[in-house]
Amino acid sequence: MDKELQPIGSETRAPASQRSRTAELLKHAKALGKEIDVSIDGNSVTVPLGTTILEAARELRIHIPTLCFHEDLCLAGVCRICMVEIEGQRTLQSACSYPITAPIRVSTHTAKVRRARRHVLDLLLASHHGECYICTRNGHCELQALAAEYGVDLFRFGRADRPRYAIDASSHAVVRDMNKCILCRRCVRTCIDLQEVGVLEALHRGQHTKVGTFMDKPLADVVCINCGQCINRCPTGALRANDLTDEVWEAIDDPAKHVVIQTAPSPRAGIGECFGLEPGRPLTFQMNTALRRCGFDRVFDTNFAADLTIIEEGVELLLRLQRAIVERDPAAVLPQFTSCSPGWVKYLEHFFPDYLPHLSTAKSPQQMFGALIKTYYARTNRLDPKNIVTVALMPCSAKKFECNRPEMCASGFKDIDYGLTTRELAKMIREAGIDLPKLEKSDFDNPFGTATGSGVIFGATGGVMEAALRTVLELVTGQKIENFFAHADIVPLRGFEGARYAEVPITKVGPVPALVRHLFPDWNWLRGATLKVGVCHGTANAKRVMEDIRDGGRFSHCHFIEFMACPGGCLGGGGQPTPTSPAIRAARAKAIYSEDHAYSVRKSHENPAILRVYEQFLAAGPCGHESHELLHTAYTRRGKYIA
Amino acid sequence: MLLTERERLREELLQLIGQIGRDRSALLPLLQEVQRKYCHISEYCMQVIADLLDIHPVEVHSVVSFYSFLDERPQGQFVIRLCRTATCDMAGKDHVARQLRNDLRIGFGQTTPDGKFSLDWANCLGMCDQGPAMLVNERIFTRVTPEKVHGILAECRQMFGAHATSSPKERQI
Repeated sequence: MDKELQPIGSETRAPASQRSRTAELLKHAKALGKEIDVSIDGNSVTVPLGTTILEAARELRIHIPTLCFHEDLCLAGVCRICMVEIEGQRTLQSACSYPITAPIRVSTHTAKVRRARRHVLDLLLASHHGECYICTRNGHCELQALAAEYGVDLFRFGRADRPRYAIDASSHAVVRDMNKCILCRRCVRTCIDLQEVGVLEALHRGQHTKVGTFMDKPLADVVCINCGQCINRCPTGALRANDLTDEVWEAIDDPAKHVVIQTAPSPRAGIGECFGLEPGRPLTFQMNTALRRCGFDRVFDTNFAADLTIIEEGVELLLRLQRAIVERDPAAVLPQFTSCSPGWVKYLEHFFPDYLPHLSTAKSPQQMFGALIKTYYARTNRLDPKNIVTVALMPCSAKKFECNRPEMCASGFKDIDYGLTTRELAKMIREAGIDLPKLEKSDFDNPFGTATGSGVIFGATGGVMEAALRTVLELVTGQKIENFFAHADIVPLRGFEGARYAEVPITKVGPVPALVRHLFPDWNWLRGATLKVGVCHGTANAKRVMEDIRDGGRFSHCHFIEFMACPGGCLGGGGQPTPTSPAIRAARAKAIYSEDHAYSVRKSHENPAILRVYEQFLAAGPCGHESHELLHTAYTRRGKYIA
Repeated sequence: MLLTERERLREELLQLIGQIGRDRSALLPLLQEVQRKYCHISEYCMQVIADLLDIHPVEVHSVVSFYSFLDERPQGQFVIRLCRTATCDMAGKDHVARQLRNDLRIGFGQTTPDGKFSLDWANCLGMCDQGPAMLVNERIFTRVTPEKVHGILAECRQMFGAHATSSPKERQI
């Protein structure tokens, strides 16, 4: 197993020639293991040379307030809220960006420091326009929390009495209200450094500074991929998801409407955080009860559709391989890319449109499910599809964009009517007066009820690949995946490295299973082949992998690559609860893998509901003509030039 | 061979990059060259520059919007910047300003309809001992009086007329 170590987020966005020399030297000193004594508020600690005051303070469990600092992002040092006093120095220093190079004595809460911090807060509040009561971040806003922490009881420098900017609600996914922006530039660093999409940057200068898009165009008109990572990192309500809960409530309250919700795996692992639980406590079955109490008529598991995606995508891969190996067709496009992450799909459409044929034509689980609910489910339950309202609970803001793509109307109606984020559902549950963690458990509704562990792990980076390999290897070898990997856990694909690569040799092949016998006469052509797969998450890493493919590197020899737009995969999605950090994402991943273990069926092709759908509805089987009409899609060449 | 305006711009930028470099740090000299030649940096131009330097268009826009001497909208062939800081103000910049407004029939922040002149304020040109100071493109004029303004503008017009058929770059002072 070969792993490529690429940290999420670059330490500095400047090219090597422009990086500050001191930082380079310090890193070197750190490598030498040189250590230094530092005293913070009278507590001593020994830290490696070059450690920042903030890091040292955290080691001592001394609280220093921060605002522009974020664990996932490079340093900015612009907000000045973390200022501390260093003995012998005339001016205050920002703790987040001060590397310790000599033994120093630091005080974090002297009168001078407190006054300075309060001053900074007063200045921030003077230009922050917005009413806390009507803000989506009310109660979990970092600026609000700091104002409370520092006892701000008056607007010392006045306050903005009218908005300076119009709210940009052009995007289906992200709403920008720059009146609430405090210019911490977390979104800028997220968009440019962490995701390398490059939509947001600070424009103009001085008091006219504003975070904006290219030529200040509406977000819907620029290369935004709707990943929502900026929302997760915004300390205020300046960036938020396009909230459609009112429309969903309206549908629920309409007796003529049959409102169906499907829930993705990641929100279950995250929603507890909205109710004060520590990260990593899955509430799958409590959430089902809560959704029914909210008034949803049916609660379905998106994992069913994830299993369906695995079958369709896996068979598509085998078909592509057959074309390439047996028919030696040069037009067979490999590697095949996954297409479940709508952020990644839009990224590819914008930045690498020439590679669109690599993208699996299979729709994402959300859209597959929508198409099935308004056709198969409507027919079997004698419902008029025009009265069915499909809601999708997703950890994702890009899903709101995806369900509005014009081509996503395979059922003759809009396949998915509304996309909800984890945060929005938490709001609905609170609004309904439900204490989620204390609720009794209940199962998903039939006919899709049963899902498999393979669907659950879609939520973590590497999960789609693991699920696909479980199915593809079993279909091809005719043997239990447990014979190759203990407990069916394909551990090499797990983890948080930016890009991973694995090779699976196929030594022997079995008989072709009935499900795909009409497509493949035998598997002999696969005997002795080595299946090469790749996994990456975060569009910055996706860019590295794409460049590697373009330059004919290792990933260009892969057969199948999983791409996820968000760092950590869906569990770190733009619709998940705030805040986010590597530790929080790791806890959510743990929750997802523990859920997988709890399922009795853990492979997509063993899901009885899936087999029933192919028997009763998609009679031509995987990648047959019915499934092509309902479950597959086409993509748009967008390009990165903006008219 | 027919070359569209956009293709020509791309060719030109590629040539410039050959001289200046493809580094991120080439951005500012590149923008200055474009500004000198085209009197502004167009939306399309910013995107081509971003593409060639492998950075994001919004980063180029960020730089262009940061600097007063880089413009998103077309400026006149001659950009006149009059210093408005305290010493030039005391030396009589208001009279110079009035003369400029009257002669050009535009206000500060505007461009003449024929696209020859743009009028703007500057914040200290570093000529506090010789005020009022005024910048015409890259040439500085000191101890400007309303009478001198007339001569400077006439010189600009003459230069513009004489070289009207030459490349825009040579038209610059």
